[in-house]
Amino acid sequence: MLLIPCPWCGPRDEAEFGYGGQAHVPYPEDPTALTDEEWARYLFFRNNPKGPHPERWCHAAGCRRWFNAVRNTATNEILAVYRVGEPRPVIV
Amino acid sequence: MTPQPFRLPDGGRISRGAPLAFRFDGVAYQGYRGDTLASALLAAGVHQTSTSVRLGRPRGIFTAGVEEPNAIVQIEAPFPEPMLPATTVELYDGLVAGGLPGQGRLATEPDPARYDARYAHCDVLVVGAGPAGLAAAAAAARTGARVILADDQPEPGGSLLGTAEIPDWAAETGSELDAASEARVLRRTMVFGYYDDNYLLAAERRTNHLGSQAPSRLSRERIWHIRARQVVLATGAHERSVAFAGNDRPGVMLAAAARTYVNRYAVAPGRRAVVFTTGDSAYCAALDLAAAGVDVAAVVDARPEPGGAAERAARAGIEVLAGHAVTGTSGEPRVASVAVRALCAAELTGPAREFAADLLLVSGGWNPVAHLFSQAGGQLRYDAGLGAFVPDGCRQAVRVAGAARGVFDLPGCLADGAEAGRRAAEDAGFTAARPLPPTSAAGSAERSAPSAHLWVVPGPDGFGTHFVDLQRDVTVADLARATGAGLRSVEHLKRYTTAGTAHDQGKTSGVLTSGVIAQLLGVEVAELGTTTFRPPYTPVSFAALAGRNRGVLHDPVRVTALHDWHLAHGARFENVGQWHRPWYYPRDGEDMAAAVARECRAAREGVAFMDASTLGKIDVQGPDAGDFLDRLYTNMISTLRVGMIRYGVMCRADGMVFDDGTVIRLAEDRFLLTTTTGNAAAVLDWMEEWLQTEWPDLRAHCTSVTEQWATVALVGPRSREVLAGLAPQLAVDACSFPFMAWRETAVAGIPARVCRISFSGELAYEINVLPWYATALWEALYEAGRPLGITPYGTETMHVLRAEKGYPIVGQDTDGTVTPQDLGMGWVVSKKKRDFIGKRSHLRADTGRADRKQLVALLPQDDVLLPEGAQLVAGDRLADPPVPMLGHITSSYRSVALGRTFALALVRSGRERVGERLYVPVGEELIPVTVTGPVLYDPEGARRDG
Repeated sequence: MLLIPCPWCGPRDEAEFGYGGQAHVPYPEDPTALTDEEWARYLFFRNNPKGPHPERWCHAAGCRRWFNAVRNTATNEILAVYRVGEPRPVIV
Repeated sequence: MTPQPFRLPDGGRISRGAPLAFRFDGVAYQGYRGDTLASALLAAGVHQTSTSVRLGRPRGIFTAGVEEPNAIVQIEAPFPEPMLPATTVELYDGLVAGGLPGQGRLATEPDPARYDARYAHCDVLVVGAGPAGLAAAAAAARTGARVILADDQPEPGGSLLGTAEIPDWAAETGSELDAASEARVLRRTMVFGYYDDNYLLAAERRTNHLGSQAPSRLSRERIWHIRARQVVLATGAHERSVAFAGNDRPGVMLAAAARTYVNRYAVAPGRRAVVFTTGDSAYCAALDLAAAGVDVAAVVDARPEPGGAAERAARAGIEVLAGHAVTGTSGEPRVASVAVRALCAAELTGPAREFAADLLLVSGGWNPVAHLFSQAGGQLRYDAGLGAFVPDGCRQAVRVAGAARGVFDLPGCLADGAEAGRRAAEDAGFTAARPLPPTSAAGSAERSAPSAHLWVVPGPDGFGTHFVDLQRDVTVADLARATGAGLRSVEHLKRYTTAGTAHDQGKTSGVLTSGVIAQLLGVEVAELGTTTFRPPYTPVSFAALAGRNRGVLHDPVRVTALHDWHLAHGARFENVGQWHRPWYYPRDGEDMAAAVARECRAAREGVAFMDASTLGKIDVQGPDAGDFLDRLYTNMISTLRVGMIRYGVMCRADGMVFDDGTVIRLAEDRFLLTTTTGNAAAVLDWMEEWLQTEWPDLRAHCTSVTEQWATVALVGPRSREVLAGLAPQLAVDACSFPFMAWRETAVAGIPARVCRISFSGELAYEINVLPWYATALWEALYEAGRPLGITPYGTETMHVLRAEKGYPIVGQDTDGTVTPQDLGMGWVVSKKKRDFIGKRSHLRADTGRADRKQLVALLPQDDVLLPEGAQLVAGDRLADPPVPMLGHITSSYRSVALGRTFALALVRSGRERVGERLYVPVGEELIPVTVTGPVLYDPEGARRDG
């Protein structure tokens, strides 16, 4: 079970969190301006990297805040967490 | 009572003053406290415990620990438990067990024992209380770190428990740790799983060893959930066998196990032994057995130059055959003689010798127990010098100490353990305050020779009884067949041959299998690697994992403030999510159909009421609340006037219906919305997700108030009369209090918010009060409505009433593929709004297809009640498979108001098919149905105002 460092509460068990998929997939400014394919890319297409992956998590059974985490999908290491609106940290 | 002919006259860690009676395979025996079932059987001279699963060969006790592949038993009393290794069952008085050739049996009666769970955090978790683990725990505890030491045995000592002389410091260190305020020693506790971020699970056996004497106040087993900053794995090593002909016969035993039986349990596992070894360690067994009076006929050492240990054995009068190997055994069922030949450059040479013996000890080397390390994500490396896989790197904060990383001498283990414990504590932020205590064990000056790495003894007569996996009956011949079939990966070979897949998960066979395969393929063992180690390390009972979460505690039960009334009035309940909701209220002699018919009639013809408190309720406040709800709902919410109510639908971004409910405008900046009962949490999550991640600039806040309001639906043409009598200040006429309006007033003197909402098509009110007034309100309504025949109704009647009106239930009449337009609810989708969640998806070509599945009603012929989930097909004869399916039935009821059965269904191009005849396959029959529009009752909506 992961120990996830909530940027508001500190490290907590994975069981307290909800997973929200890939981060930085913003809702399009004007969806009607998109082609069906562009809209489908927003809806359905996500990265599936082996390695660092920015993800959304929600501390659902804690502060109920959404935040972002960069997790290495190969090792499950959480490399960084940051609050909504903060820039994605550079992972070296 | 059978005597104990193989019990040694003295020694051992058993209590001769505490004799215990037990039965095995129907025979009565006696053992002592401190015995395992295996040691007590050996004391009675019982080696064979069962036959093997595939070949039916006799099999006996092979080890003295958790790695046991053969002696798997079924406990019958005091409580049935299947598939336990006899080597791990602590003996107790009254134990009844039997050998298992294969599967065991679960108890048929409920388990009376309790199981529970503990959660713990520590700075350093040490797994294993052998020399390395004890040294590690002591070193870490002395820094002041919070230490947990877990070990599966009843007392600390590990491998030392199987030696002739246990140093006092083992018990002393255990006591020191027991006394330390920040240290905890968990005995009889098997750490079985190592997960991410140093989260480990352990099973503590609290009363298993007490049998029927177990105090009922104690839980039987406890699962420990341990989060550790640092972990030290001192899990020791397992001895392994060598593949030779007949190496599975009862009487063949691992050398260190025999040593343990002699020293720890004071049992001679035989009268006359041959020892077959590839290294030094088995000489300790040979000498300890000889000292205990066992006649050691010979030590057969595969090494041409065995070194100092062999010299010591020779001085003790034991014949040592260097450069020899055991080529076979004979005896039925137990070993009676052992055949030996010289082994030179992997070829058998010279004449064969036969030794009469009832015991053959085997030592093919030692495998570090790397299971937990591997589960943690650690890499293993093949050490050619040791002939074993040893831990390499791991990203988790873990160290391995002692035999678990290939350190096999006692002084080395002590130093290694102390170092690991000290460093772990330092990495957890503690300082080693005192110098390390000197280790008491002195190094040996004896000249030790490196071990030979012998996997298979050549078999002139084939390899059909050269066993590698005793529990799965896998032989070298089986492996050769698999490699001959072209398999190369150990993972494939494992699945093809089943080697390593049994209950013991290949603890004694895994590395041997890899070694044999490497030899068969002519590659290095290092290239092959091992199969994957997965939790649990040893089997864990489901009861222990479930803990207290059984029966009524399996899942939380939610009940409304009116639950006691429903119970007292004979309601039958159904589960809706975690809620227990009244389903229907049968009167004397009524079945469900009769009760529901009566309840429906009351709601359509007189007055009825139901407990609607489980509806999800979310309070949304803030200056931007209206704007926020406009983005969530498909229809316009911000234009709703204070005092009014609007029905709304929410879609996911893919345009599919997610939830529906009503929105009440309480104030300019405040709304109360309802959700479907089962979806309340999901809707709140959804709203918060969008607010936080996409629209943090919106000034709106959401609060769940589901349980802060009790809601009673008062329904039927005479509901107005009942309400008017109880709410004298409320103008109840349809003009003053129109449909989809709400009013604050006192009902039966209770402050209430009354909404004119109908989920039945009838004149209806939803009366909301604080939950502690719920019963007072309900009873007042019951009393006031009694002259009019007011009738309580449950969810089944609610479903019938709403279905007659064609109102869909999200999650029943919809799944994740249905748009509002599919439901015939295009009217609830705003054309004016610039955007809302799902809008863009409604513009996709696919969501605009005319042949999508659409909600319709079905009228079955001959009043058949159709099963929900049934498929719809065209034509009165089934086409050849695959039969084209046109849709499926989502709701199906018997309607009193319609005087017939009916159903709702999602049907391809359903609205175009109105009037068409379709067919529903039910069993062997095809039931004809007529498609109609979804609203069957009062399509004009004439009844809504009473």
